[in-house]
Amino acid sequence: MLSVLMLRFNGKNMKSANGACMPKRQICSAVSVLILLFSVSLLSACGGINEAGLIVAGSTSVQPYAEVLSEEYMILHPDVLIDIQGGGSSAGIMAAQTGTSELGMSSRVLKDEEKSLWYVEIARDGLAVIINPENPIQNLTLDQIRQIYSAEITDWSQLGGTNTKIHTITREDGSGTRDAFVSLVMGESSITPRAIVQDSNGAVRQLVADDENAIGFISLGLVDDKVKALQLDGVAATRENVLNGSYNLSRPFLFVALSEPTGETKQFVDFILSAEGQKILMNEGLISPLEGTGT
Amino acid sequence: MKINKEKISGTIFLLIALSALSVLALITVFIFIKGVPIIAKVGFFDFVFGMVWDPGNGAFGIFPMIFGSVTVTLGAAVLGVPIAICCSIFLAEFAPAVLSNIVRPAIQLLAAIPSVVYGFWGLLFVVPAIRNHLGGPGLSILAGSIILAIMILPTIISIAEVSLLSLPRHYKEGAYALGLTQWQTIRSVLLPAAKSGIVAAIILGIGRAIGETMAVIMVLGNAVAIPQSILDPARTLTTNIGIEMGYASGDHQQALFATGIVLLVIVMILNAFAQYVTRRK
Repeated sequence: MLSVLMLRFNGKNMKSANGACMPKRQICSAVSVLILLFSVSLLSACGGINEAGLIVAGSTSVQPYAEVLSEEYMILHPDVLIDIQGGGSSAGIMAAQTGTSELGMSSRVLKDEEKSLWYVEIARDGLAVIINPENPIQNLTLDQIRQIYSAEITDWSQLGGTNTKIHTITREDGSGTRDAFVSLVMGESSITPRAIVQDSNGAVRQLVADDENAIGFISLGLVDDKVKALQLDGVAATRENVLNGSYNLSRPFLFVALSEPTGETKQFVDFILSAEGQKILMNEGLISPLEGTGT
Repeated sequence: MKINKEKISGTIFLLIALSALSVLALITVFIFIKGVPIIAKVGFFDFVFGMVWDPGNGAFGIFPMIFGSVTVTLGAAVLGVPIAICCSIFLAEFAPAVLSNIVRPAIQLLAAIPSVVYGFWGLLFVVPAIRNHLGGPGLSILAGSIILAIMILPTIISIAEVSLLSLPRHYKEGAYALGLTQWQTIRSVLLPAAKSGIVAAIILGIGRAIGETMAVIMVLGNAVAIPQSILDPARTLTTNIGIEMGYASGDHQQALFATGIVLLVIVMILNAFAQYVTRRK
Protein backbone atom coordinates (compact mmCIF):
# COMPACT_ATOMS: atom_id res chain seq x y z
CA MET A 1 0.00 0.00 0.00
CA LEU A 2 2.82 2.33 0.91
CA SER A 3 4.76 1.66 -2.29
CA VAL A 4 1.75 2.44 -4.47
CA LEU A 5 1.40 5.82 -2.82
CA MET A 6 5.11 6.43 -3.20
CA LEU A 7 4.97 5.64 -6.91
CA ARG A 8 2.06 7.97 -7.43
CA PHE A 9 3.82 10.81 -5.72
CA ASN A 10 7.03 10.07 -7.58
CA GLY A 11 5.21 10.24 -10.90
CA LYS A 12 3.55 13.51 -10.04
CA ASN A 13 6.78 15.20 -9.13
CA MET A 14 8.81 13.72 -11.97
CA LYS A 15 6.62 15.68 -14.37
CA SER A 16 7.53 19.01 -12.84
CA ALA A 17 11.16 17.97 -12.77
CA ASN A 18 11.06 17.14 -16.47
CA GLY A 19 9.45 20.47 -17.22
CA ALA A 20 12.23 22.31 -15.44
CA CYS A 21 14.97 20.41 -17.27
CA MET A 22 17.82 21.82 -15.18
CA PRO A 23 19.97 19.97 -12.66
CA LYS A 24 19.59 22.60 -9.93
CA ARG A 25 15.84 22.47 -10.12
CA GLN A 26 15.96 18.74 -10.19
CA ILE A 27 17.77 18.82 -6.89
CA CYS A 28 15.16 21.21 -5.57
CA SER A 29 12.30 19.05 -6.72
CA ALA A 30 14.07 15.97 -5.43
CA VAL A 31 14.14 17.65 -2.03
CA SER A 32 10.45 18.47 -2.21
CA VAL A 33 9.69 14.90 -3.31
CA LEU A 34 11.61 13.67 -0.29
CA ILE A 35 9.66 15.94 2.02
CA LEU A 36 6.36 14.88 0.47
CA LEU A 37 7.37 11.23 0.72
CA PHE A 38 8.22 11.77 4.34
CA SER A 39 4.80 13.18 5.13
CA VAL A 40 3.11 10.47 3.06
CA SER A 41 5.01 7.72 4.84
CA LEU A 42 4.04 9.30 8.15
CA LEU A 43 0.42 9.08 7.05
CA SER A 44 0.57 5.50 5.87
CA ALA A 45 2.56 4.38 8.90
CA CYS A 46 -0.52 5.22 10.95
CA GLY A 47 -2.85 2.99 8.96
CA GLY A 48 -0.50 0.20 7.95
CA ILE A 49 -2.17 -3.21 7.88
CA ASN A 50 0.11 -6.12 8.53
CA GLU A 51 -0.97 -9.32 6.84
CA ALA A 52 0.61 -11.64 9.37
CA GLY A 53 1.01 -15.35 8.99
CA LEU A 54 0.68 -16.01 12.68
CA ILE A 55 -1.48 -13.92 15.00
CA VAL A 56 -0.86 -14.00 18.74
CA ALA A 57 -3.28 -11.92 20.80
CA GLY A 58 -4.15 -11.37 24.43
CA SER A 59 -2.71 -10.20 27.74
CA THR A 60 -0.84 -6.92 27.62
CA SER A 61 1.37 -8.28 30.42
CA VAL A 62 2.62 -11.09 28.20
CA GLN A 63 2.71 -8.88 25.11
CA PRO A 64 6.16 -7.28 25.61
CA TYR A 65 7.74 -10.69 26.25
CA ALA A 66 5.96 -12.22 23.27
CA GLU A 67 7.25 -9.34 21.16
CA VAL A 68 10.84 -10.02 22.20
CA LEU A 69 10.37 -13.74 21.49
CA SER A 70 8.78 -13.13 18.10
CA GLU A 71 11.55 -10.74 17.09
CA GLU A 72 14.17 -13.38 17.95
CA TYR A 73 12.14 -16.05 16.17
CA MET A 74 11.70 -13.96 13.04
CA ILE A 75 15.47 -13.38 12.89
CA LEU A 76 15.95 -17.16 12.89
CA HIS A 77 13.03 -17.72 10.46
CA PRO A 78 12.91 -14.67 8.17
CA ASP A 79 10.03 -16.11 6.11
CA VAL A 80 7.63 -16.19 9.06
CA LEU A 81 5.55 -13.19 10.08
CA ILE A 82 4.25 -13.07 13.63
CA ASP A 83 1.82 -10.36 14.67
CA ILE A 84 1.55 -9.77 18.43
CA GLN A 85 -1.61 -7.97 19.54
CA GLY A 86 -2.88 -6.81 22.93
CA GLY A 87 -6.45 -6.81 24.16
CA GLY A 88 -6.24 -8.52 27.54
CA SER A 89 -6.23 -12.10 28.77
CA SER A 90 -9.95 -12.75 28.28
CA ALA A 91 -9.90 -11.32 24.78
CA GLY A 92 -6.87 -13.48 23.99
CA ILE A 93 -8.56 -16.66 25.21
CA MET A 94 -11.69 -15.71 23.28
CA ALA A 95 -9.61 -15.10 20.14
CA ALA A 96 -8.04 -18.54 20.47
CA GLN A 97 -11.48 -20.13 21.00
CA THR A 98 -13.01 -18.50 17.92
CA GLY A 99 -9.89 -19.01 15.82
CA THR A 100 -9.35 -15.30 15.09
CA SER A 101 -5.83 -15.78 16.38
CA GLU A 102 -3.67 -18.89 16.26
CA LEU A 103 -2.49 -18.36 19.82
CA GLY A 104 -3.97 -16.53 22.77
CA MET A 105 -1.91 -15.07 25.62
CA SER A 106 -3.21 -15.18 29.17
CA SER A 107 -1.68 -13.88 32.39
CA ARG A 108 -4.32 -15.52 34.57
CA VAL A 109 -5.23 -19.11 35.35
CA LEU A 110 -7.86 -20.54 32.99
CA LYS A 111 -11.42 -20.80 34.29
CA ASP A 112 -13.03 -24.26 34.40
CA GLU A 113 -15.03 -23.73 31.20
CA GLU A 114 -11.82 -22.68 29.43
CA LYS A 115 -9.85 -25.74 30.52
CA SER A 116 -10.94 -27.65 27.41
CA LEU A 117 -8.56 -25.49 25.39
CA TRP A 118 -4.97 -26.52 24.78
CA TYR A 119 -2.61 -24.43 26.90
CA VAL A 120 1.00 -24.29 28.00
CA GLU A 121 2.73 -22.25 30.70
CA ILE A 122 5.62 -20.44 29.07
CA ALA A 123 6.89 -18.84 32.30
CA ARG A 124 5.84 -17.42 35.66
CA ASP A 125 5.88 -13.78 36.61
CA GLY A 126 6.77 -13.12 40.24
CA LEU A 127 6.30 -9.84 42.06
CA ALA A 128 8.52 -8.62 44.85
CA VAL A 129 7.43 -5.88 47.25
CA ILE A 130 10.61 -3.94 47.93
CA ILE A 131 11.78 -1.44 50.55
CA ASN A 132 15.04 0.30 51.32
CA PRO A 133 17.65 -1.93 53.05
CA GLU A 134 17.82 0.67 55.89
CA ASN A 135 14.17 0.01 56.73
CA PRO A 136 13.96 -2.37 59.76
CA ILE A 137 10.79 -4.09 58.53
CA GLN A 138 11.31 -7.61 57.14
CA ASN A 139 7.86 -9.08 56.78
CA LEU A 140 4.38 -7.83 55.90
CA THR A 141 1.09 -9.61 55.36
CA LEU A 142 -0.82 -9.35 52.10
CA ASP A 143 -3.44 -7.35 54.00
CA GLN A 144 -0.90 -4.83 55.27
CA ILE A 145 0.47 -4.29 51.76
CA ARG A 146 -3.06 -3.73 50.49
CA GLN A 147 -3.70 -1.19 53.27
CA ILE A 148 -0.46 0.66 52.46
CA TYR A 149 -1.40 0.92 48.81
CA SER A 150 -4.97 1.98 49.52
CA ALA A 151 -3.60 4.64 51.94
CA GLU A 152 -5.27 3.15 55.04
CA ILE A 153 -1.77 2.80 56.51
CA THR A 154 0.33 5.89 55.81
CA ASP A 155 3.06 5.77 58.45
CA TRP A 156 5.80 3.20 59.03
CA SER A 157 5.16 3.37 62.79
CA GLN A 158 1.77 1.69 62.20
CA LEU A 159 3.75 -1.34 61.03
CA GLY A 160 6.35 -1.26 63.79
CA GLY A 161 8.85 0.81 61.89
CA THR A 162 10.21 4.34 62.31
CA ASN A 163 7.91 7.30 62.81
CA THR A 164 7.91 8.53 59.20
CA LYS A 165 5.46 8.77 56.34
CA ILE A 166 5.39 5.93 53.83
CA HIS A 167 6.30 6.97 50.28
CA THR A 168 4.20 4.61 48.18
CA ILE A 169 5.49 3.98 44.66
CA THR A 170 3.41 2.33 41.95
CA ARG A 171 3.56 1.74 38.20
CA GLU A 172 1.63 3.57 35.49
CA ASP A 173 -1.84 2.56 34.36
CA GLY A 174 -1.67 -0.06 31.62
CA SER A 175 1.54 -1.58 32.99
CA GLY A 176 1.42 -5.37 33.25
CA THR A 177 3.28 -5.28 36.57
CA ARG A 178 0.66 -2.92 37.96
CA ASP A 179 -2.14 -5.18 36.64
CA ALA A 180 -0.52 -8.15 38.35
CA PHE A 181 -0.16 -6.24 41.62
CA VAL A 182 -3.76 -5.04 41.53
CA SER A 183 -5.17 -8.49 40.81
CA LEU A 184 -2.94 -10.32 43.31
CA VAL A 185 -2.95 -7.82 46.18
CA MET A 186 -5.55 -5.10 45.94
CA GLY A 187 -8.77 -7.14 45.73
CA GLU A 188 -11.68 -4.70 45.76
CA SER A 189 -9.59 -1.67 46.82
CA SER A 190 -7.76 0.55 44.39
CA ILE A 191 -4.30 2.10 44.54
CA THR A 192 -4.32 5.56 46.12
CA PRO A 193 -3.94 8.42 43.62
CA ARG A 194 -1.37 9.95 46.00
CA ALA A 195 1.09 7.17 45.15
CA ILE A 196 4.16 8.19 43.17
CA VAL A 197 4.04 6.76 39.65
CA GLN A 198 7.15 5.55 37.81
CA ASP A 199 7.14 4.05 34.36
CA SER A 200 9.61 1.19 34.66
CA ASN A 201 10.76 -1.53 37.05
CA GLY A 202 14.20 0.08 37.03
CA ALA A 203 12.90 3.51 38.05
CA VAL A 204 10.92 2.03 40.96
CA ARG A 205 13.96 0.08 42.13
CA GLN A 206 16.24 3.14 41.91
CA LEU A 207 13.80 5.26 43.88
CA VAL A 208 13.41 2.65 46.62
CA ALA A 209 17.19 2.27 46.78
CA ASP A 210 17.52 6.05 47.33
CA ASP A 211 14.63 6.65 49.72
CA GLU A 212 14.53 5.05 53.19
CA ASN A 213 10.77 5.54 53.46
CA ALA A 214 9.76 4.19 50.07
CA ILE A 215 7.91 1.00 49.21
CA GLY A 216 7.45 -0.33 45.69
CA PHE A 217 6.87 -3.49 43.68
CA ILE A 218 8.89 -4.86 40.78
CA SER A 219 9.33 -8.08 38.85
CA LEU A 220 10.98 -10.65 41.10
CA GLY A 221 13.78 -11.25 38.61
CA LEU A 222 14.94 -7.64 38.89
CA VAL A 223 15.52 -7.50 42.66
CA ASP A 224 19.16 -6.72 43.49
CA ASP A 225 21.13 -5.95 46.64
CA LYS A 226 20.33 -2.22 46.59
CA VAL A 227 16.79 -3.00 47.72
CA LYS A 228 15.21 -5.45 50.16
CA ALA A 229 12.45 -7.80 49.02
CA LEU A 230 9.86 -8.18 51.80
CA GLN A 231 8.77 -11.56 53.08
CA LEU A 232 5.11 -12.16 52.46
CA ASP A 233 3.34 -13.79 55.44
CA GLY A 234 6.76 -15.11 56.45
CA VAL A 235 7.67 -16.56 53.04
CA ALA A 236 10.77 -15.16 51.36
CA ALA A 237 10.40 -13.78 47.83
CA THR A 238 12.62 -16.20 45.95
CA ARG A 239 12.32 -17.95 42.61
CA GLU A 240 12.26 -21.34 44.42
CA ASN A 241 9.29 -20.29 46.55
CA VAL A 242 7.45 -19.10 43.45
CA LEU A 243 8.07 -22.42 41.71
CA ASN A 244 7.00 -24.53 44.72
CA GLY A 245 3.91 -22.38 45.16
CA SER A 246 4.52 -21.08 48.69
CA TYR A 247 5.09 -17.45 47.61
CA ASN A 248 1.73 -16.12 46.48
CA LEU A 249 2.64 -13.02 44.47
CA SER A 250 3.06 -14.76 41.15
CA ARG A 251 0.96 -15.59 38.14
CA PRO A 252 1.36 -17.88 35.15
CA PHE A 253 1.93 -16.67 31.62
CA LEU A 254 -0.04 -19.02 29.37
CA PHE A 255 -0.26 -19.58 25.65
CA VAL A 256 -3.69 -20.89 24.67
CA ALA A 257 -4.91 -22.50 21.45
CA LEU A 258 -8.10 -24.15 20.21
CA SER A 259 -6.33 -27.47 19.76
CA GLU A 260 -2.76 -28.68 20.01
CA PRO A 261 -0.80 -26.49 17.60
CA THR A 262 0.72 -27.85 14.41
CA GLY A 263 3.10 -26.54 11.75
CA GLU A 264 4.27 -22.96 12.06
CA THR A 265 2.45 -22.36 15.34
CA LYS A 266 3.95 -25.46 16.92
CA GLN A 267 7.45 -24.41 15.85
CA PHE A 268 7.00 -21.01 17.51
CA VAL A 269 5.70 -22.59 20.73
CA ASP A 270 8.55 -25.12 20.68
CA PHE A 271 11.02 -22.26 20.29
CA ILE A 272 9.58 -20.49 23.35
CA LEU A 273 9.77 -23.68 25.43
CA SER A 274 13.28 -24.48 24.24
CA ALA A 275 16.28 -23.63 26.41
CA GLU A 276 17.00 -20.67 24.14
CA GLY A 277 13.51 -19.19 24.38
CA GLN A 278 13.38 -19.72 28.14
CA LYS A 279 16.74 -17.99 28.50
CA ILE A 280 15.34 -14.92 26.74
CA LEU A 281 12.40 -14.88 29.16
CA MET A 282 14.68 -15.27 32.18
CA ASN A 283 16.85 -12.41 30.95
CA GLU A 284 13.69 -10.30 30.82
CA GLY A 285 13.03 -11.09 34.47
CA LEU A 286 10.53 -13.95 34.27
CA ILE A 287 10.76 -17.25 36.13
CA SER A 288 11.19 -20.30 33.93
CA PRO A 289 9.63 -23.69 34.76
CA LEU A 290 12.96 -25.11 33.55
CA GLU A 291 14.81 -23.55 36.50
CA GLY A 292 13.70 -26.23 38.95
CA THR A 293 14.91 -29.04 36.71
CA GLY A 294 18.44 -27.69 36.48
CA THR A 295 18.54 -26.98 32.75
CA MET B 1 12.81 32.51 -19.48
CA LYS B 2 13.91 34.46 -16.44
CA ILE B 3 10.34 35.02 -15.24
CA ASN B 4 9.75 31.32 -15.68
CA LYS B 5 12.76 30.52 -13.51
CA GLU B 6 11.57 32.90 -10.79
CA LYS B 7 8.13 31.39 -10.88
CA ILE B 8 9.37 27.83 -10.60
CA SER B 9 11.69 28.52 -7.68
CA GLY B 10 8.88 30.40 -5.98
CA THR B 11 6.54 27.46 -6.45
CA ILE B 12 9.10 25.00 -5.13
CA PHE B 13 9.63 27.01 -1.99
CA LEU B 14 5.89 27.37 -1.55
CA LEU B 15 5.54 23.60 -1.83
CA ILE B 16 8.21 23.00 0.78
CA ALA B 17 6.69 25.61 3.10
CA LEU B 18 3.28 24.00 2.62
CA SER B 19 4.65 20.55 3.44
CA ALA B 20 5.83 21.88 6.80
CA LEU B 21 2.42 23.43 7.36
CA SER B 22 0.67 20.23 6.25
CA VAL B 23 2.52 18.29 8.93
CA LEU B 24 1.10 20.67 11.53
CA ALA B 25 -2.37 20.26 10.02
CA LEU B 26 -1.98 16.47 9.91
CA ILE B 27 -0.95 16.24 13.53
CA THR B 28 -3.74 18.53 14.69
CA VAL B 29 -6.41 16.69 12.70
CA PHE B 30 -5.07 13.33 13.86
CA ILE B 31 -5.06 14.30 17.52
CA PHE B 32 -8.60 15.65 17.27
CA ILE B 33 -9.91 12.58 15.43
CA LYS B 34 -8.38 10.32 18.06
CA GLY B 35 -9.28 12.40 21.09
CA VAL B 36 -12.69 13.93 20.48
CA PRO B 37 -14.73 10.67 20.75
CA ILE B 38 -13.69 10.07 24.36
CA ILE B 39 -14.41 13.70 25.32
CA ALA B 40 -17.85 13.28 23.78
CA LYS B 41 -18.33 9.99 25.61
CA VAL B 42 -17.20 11.20 29.03
CA GLY B 43 -18.62 14.69 28.62
CA PHE B 44 -16.51 17.83 28.30
CA PHE B 45 -16.96 19.03 31.89
CA ASP B 46 -16.46 15.59 33.43
CA PHE B 47 -13.28 15.22 31.38
CA VAL B 48 -11.72 18.60 32.07
CA PHE B 49 -12.95 19.02 35.66
CA GLY B 50 -13.13 15.35 36.69
CA MET B 51 -11.01 14.64 39.76
CA VAL B 52 -10.43 10.90 39.29
CA TRP B 53 -8.09 9.44 36.66
CA ASP B 54 -8.41 5.67 36.70
CA PRO B 55 -8.44 4.44 33.08
CA GLY B 56 -8.62 0.79 34.17
CA ASN B 57 -12.03 1.49 35.72
CA GLY B 58 -13.27 3.95 33.14
CA ALA B 59 -12.65 7.17 35.09
CA PHE B 60 -11.14 9.88 32.89
CA GLY B 61 -10.87 13.17 34.79
CA ILE B 62 -7.81 15.28 33.99
CA PHE B 63 -8.28 18.15 36.44
CA PRO B 64 -5.43 16.98 38.73
CA MET B 65 -3.13 17.10 35.68
CA ILE B 66 -4.31 20.57 34.64
CA PHE B 67 -3.74 21.69 38.22
CA GLY B 68 -0.30 20.04 38.17
CA SER B 69 0.70 21.71 34.90
CA VAL B 70 -0.42 25.12 36.16
CA THR B 71 1.32 24.87 39.55
CA VAL B 72 4.61 23.50 38.21
CA THR B 73 4.68 26.13 35.48
CA LEU B 74 3.84 28.93 37.91
CA GLY B 75 6.59 27.66 40.22
CA ALA B 76 9.05 27.69 37.33
CA ALA B 77 7.98 31.24 36.43
CA VAL B 78 8.33 32.46 40.03
CA LEU B 79 11.84 31.00 40.27
CA GLY B 80 13.02 31.59 36.72
CA VAL B 81 11.55 34.89 35.53
CA PRO B 82 13.33 37.25 38.00
CA ILE B 83 16.68 35.58 37.30
CA ALA B 84 16.09 35.71 33.56
CA ILE B 85 15.02 39.36 33.51
CA CYS B 86 17.96 40.45 35.66
CA CYS B 87 20.28 38.45 33.44
CA SER B 88 18.93 40.06 30.27
CA ILE B 89 19.25 43.56 31.80
CA PHE B 90 22.83 42.76 32.78
CA LEU B 91 23.66 41.49 29.29
CA ALA B 92 21.98 44.41 27.51
CA GLU B 93 23.07 47.29 29.74
CA PHE B 94 25.81 46.48 32.22
CA ALA B 95 28.05 43.72 30.87
CA PRO B 96 31.30 44.75 29.20
CA ALA B 97 31.71 43.25 25.73
CA VAL B 98 34.25 40.67 26.92
CA LEU B 99 31.94 39.34 29.60
CA SER B 100 28.75 39.31 27.53
CA ASN B 101 30.61 37.43 24.81
CA ILE B 102 31.17 34.66 27.35
CA VAL B 103 27.84 34.77 29.16
CA ARG B 104 25.60 34.95 26.06
CA PRO B 105 26.86 31.75 24.34
CA ALA B 106 26.92 30.01 27.72
CA ILE B 107 23.21 30.76 28.21
CA GLN B 108 22.44 29.65 24.68
CA LEU B 109 24.24 26.43 25.47
CA LEU B 110 21.68 25.85 28.25
CA ALA B 111 19.04 25.55 25.53
CA ALA B 112 21.11 22.91 23.75
CA ILE B 113 21.23 20.51 26.69
CA PRO B 114 18.75 17.66 26.04
CA SER B 115 15.84 17.66 28.47
CA VAL B 116 16.55 14.08 29.56
CA VAL B 117 19.91 15.32 30.87
CA TYR B 118 18.15 18.00 32.93
CA GLY B 119 15.83 15.32 34.26
CA PHE B 120 18.68 12.99 35.14
CA TRP B 121 20.59 15.77 36.85
CA GLY B 122 17.44 16.71 38.76
CA LEU B 123 16.90 13.10 39.83
CA LEU B 124 20.48 12.74 41.06
CA PHE B 125 20.96 16.12 42.76
CA VAL B 126 17.78 18.16 43.19
CA VAL B 127 15.47 15.33 44.30
CA PRO B 128 17.80 13.91 47.03
CA ALA B 129 18.56 17.46 48.24
CA ILE B 130 14.85 18.17 48.70
CA ARG B 131 14.25 14.76 50.30
CA ASN B 132 17.10 15.18 52.79
CA HIS B 133 16.68 18.86 53.68
CA LEU B 134 12.99 19.63 53.25
CA GLY B 135 11.38 16.19 53.68
CA GLY B 136 8.82 14.34 51.59
CA PRO B 137 9.68 11.91 48.83
CA GLY B 138 11.81 14.48 46.97
CA LEU B 139 9.97 13.88 43.71
CA SER B 140 7.82 16.97 43.95
CA ILE B 141 6.40 20.13 42.44
CA LEU B 142 9.39 22.01 43.85
CA ALA B 143 11.86 19.72 42.04
CA GLY B 144 9.91 20.09 38.78
CA SER B 145 9.74 23.86 39.17
CA ILE B 146 13.49 24.16 39.79
CA ILE B 147 14.36 22.08 36.72
CA LEU B 148 11.86 23.93 34.52
CA ALA B 149 13.03 27.31 35.82
CA ILE B 150 16.52 26.49 34.55
CA MET B 151 15.17 25.18 31.25
CA ILE B 152 13.18 28.33 30.46
CA LEU B 153 16.09 30.70 31.22
CA PRO B 154 17.59 30.75 27.71
CA THR B 155 14.21 31.41 26.04
CA ILE B 156 13.33 34.34 28.30
CA ILE B 157 16.85 35.82 28.48
CA SER B 158 17.49 35.91 24.75
CA ILE B 159 14.08 37.35 23.79
CA ALA B 160 14.10 39.91 26.62
CA GLU B 161 17.66 40.94 25.80
CA VAL B 162 16.83 41.43 22.12
CA SER B 163 13.83 43.56 23.00
CA LEU B 164 16.00 45.74 25.29
CA LEU B 165 18.75 46.09 22.66
CA SER B 166 16.33 46.95 19.87
CA LEU B 167 15.04 50.06 21.66
CA PRO B 168 15.90 53.31 19.78
CA ARG B 169 19.19 54.86 20.90
CA HIS B 170 17.60 58.22 21.66
CA TYR B 171 15.56 56.77 24.54
CA LYS B 172 18.71 56.17 26.49
CA GLU B 173 20.49 59.32 25.27
CA GLY B 174 17.48 61.46 26.18
CA ALA B 175 17.34 59.96 29.65
CA TYR B 176 21.03 60.57 30.22
CA ALA B 177 20.68 64.15 28.91
CA LEU B 178 18.00 64.72 31.55
CA GLY B 179 20.51 63.66 34.18
CA LEU B 180 19.11 60.21 35.03
CA THR B 181 21.55 57.65 36.40
CA GLN B 182 22.04 54.35 34.59
CA TRP B 183 19.71 52.47 36.95
CA GLN B 184 17.05 55.18 36.76
CA THR B 185 17.26 55.00 32.97
CA ILE B 186 16.79 51.25 32.98
CA ARG B 187 13.98 51.28 35.52
CA SER B 188 11.89 54.19 34.29
CA VAL B 189 12.70 54.35 30.56
CA LEU B 190 14.09 51.14 29.08
CA LEU B 191 12.06 48.52 30.98
CA PRO B 192 8.68 50.21 30.37
CA ALA B 193 9.56 50.71 26.71
CA ALA B 194 10.57 47.06 26.27
CA LYS B 195 7.61 45.81 28.30
CA SER B 196 5.76 44.09 25.46
CA GLY B 197 8.88 42.22 24.37
CA ILE B 198 9.63 41.11 27.93
CA VAL B 199 6.04 39.97 28.52
CA ALA B 200 6.18 38.00 25.28
CA ALA B 201 9.47 36.45 26.42
CA ILE B 202 7.87 35.35 29.69
CA ILE B 203 4.83 33.90 27.94
CA LEU B 204 6.99 31.95 25.49
CA GLY B 205 9.05 30.70 28.43
CA ILE B 206 5.86 29.55 30.14
CA GLY B 207 4.78 27.85 26.92
CA ARG B 208 8.09 26.01 26.90
CA ALA B 209 7.63 24.98 30.53
CA ILE B 210 4.08 23.71 30.09
CA GLY B 211 5.08 21.59 27.10
CA GLU B 212 8.18 20.03 28.64
CA THR B 213 7.81 16.29 29.27
CA MET B 214 10.90 14.18 29.72
CA ALA B 215 12.65 16.13 32.47
CA VAL B 216 9.38 16.53 34.34
CA ILE B 217 8.50 12.81 34.21
CA MET B 218 11.76 12.07 35.96
CA VAL B 219 11.48 14.51 38.87
CA LEU B 220 7.77 15.14 39.45
CA GLY B 221 6.62 11.79 40.87
CA ASN B 222 3.56 11.65 38.57
CA ALA B 223 0.95 11.02 41.29
CA VAL B 224 -2.59 11.61 40.01
CA ALA B 225 -3.92 13.53 43.00
CA ILE B 226 -4.14 17.26 43.65
CA PRO B 227 -0.98 18.03 45.66
CA GLN B 228 -1.33 19.54 49.13
CA SER B 229 2.09 21.18 49.29
CA ILE B 230 4.95 21.96 46.96
CA LEU B 231 6.76 18.93 48.41
CA ASP B 232 4.06 16.56 47.13
CA PRO B 233 4.36 14.71 43.84
CA ALA B 234 2.08 15.80 40.98
CA ARG B 235 1.38 15.00 37.35
CA THR B 236 1.22 17.37 34.40
CA LEU B 237 -0.72 16.99 31.14
CA THR B 238 2.44 16.15 29.22
CA THR B 239 3.67 13.53 31.66
CA ASN B 240 0.23 11.92 31.70
CA ILE B 241 0.69 11.18 28.00
CA GLY B 242 4.36 10.36 28.31
CA ILE B 243 4.07 7.91 31.15
CA GLU B 244 0.99 5.98 30.04
CA MET B 245 1.29 5.79 26.27
CA GLY B 246 3.27 2.54 26.36
CA TYR B 247 0.45 0.02 26.65
CA ALA B 248 -2.64 2.23 26.50
CA SER B 249 -5.34 0.97 24.15
CA GLY B 250 -8.98 1.71 23.37
CA ASP B 251 -10.62 4.38 25.53
CA HIS B 252 -7.43 4.84 27.53
CA GLN B 253 -5.43 5.69 24.40
CA GLN B 254 -8.15 8.06 23.21
CA ALA B 255 -8.13 9.77 26.60
CA LEU B 256 -4.39 10.38 26.23
CA PHE B 257 -5.00 11.98 22.84
CA ALA B 258 -7.74 14.06 24.44
CA THR B 259 -5.19 15.16 27.06
CA GLY B 260 -3.09 16.23 24.08
CA ILE B 261 -6.00 18.31 22.74
CA VAL B 262 -6.30 20.19 26.04
CA LEU B 263 -2.53 20.77 26.05
CA LEU B 264 -2.54 21.91 22.41
CA VAL B 265 -5.32 24.40 23.11
CA ILE B 266 -3.49 25.80 26.17
CA VAL B 267 -0.21 26.22 24.25
CA MET B 268 -2.02 27.79 21.27
CA ILE B 269 -3.73 30.31 23.56
CA LEU B 270 -0.37 31.16 25.17
CA ASN B 271 1.36 31.61 21.80
CA ALA B 272 -1.49 33.69 20.41
CA PHE B 273 -1.33 35.86 23.51
CA ALA B 274 2.44 36.31 23.08
CA GLN B 275 1.90 37.39 19.45
CA TYR B 276 -0.85 39.77 20.48
CA VAL B 277 1.35 41.37 23.13
CA THR B 278 4.31 41.89 20.78
CA ARG B 279 2.17 43.37 18.01
CA ARG B 280 0.26 45.74 20.28
CA LYS B 281 3.01 48.37 20.85
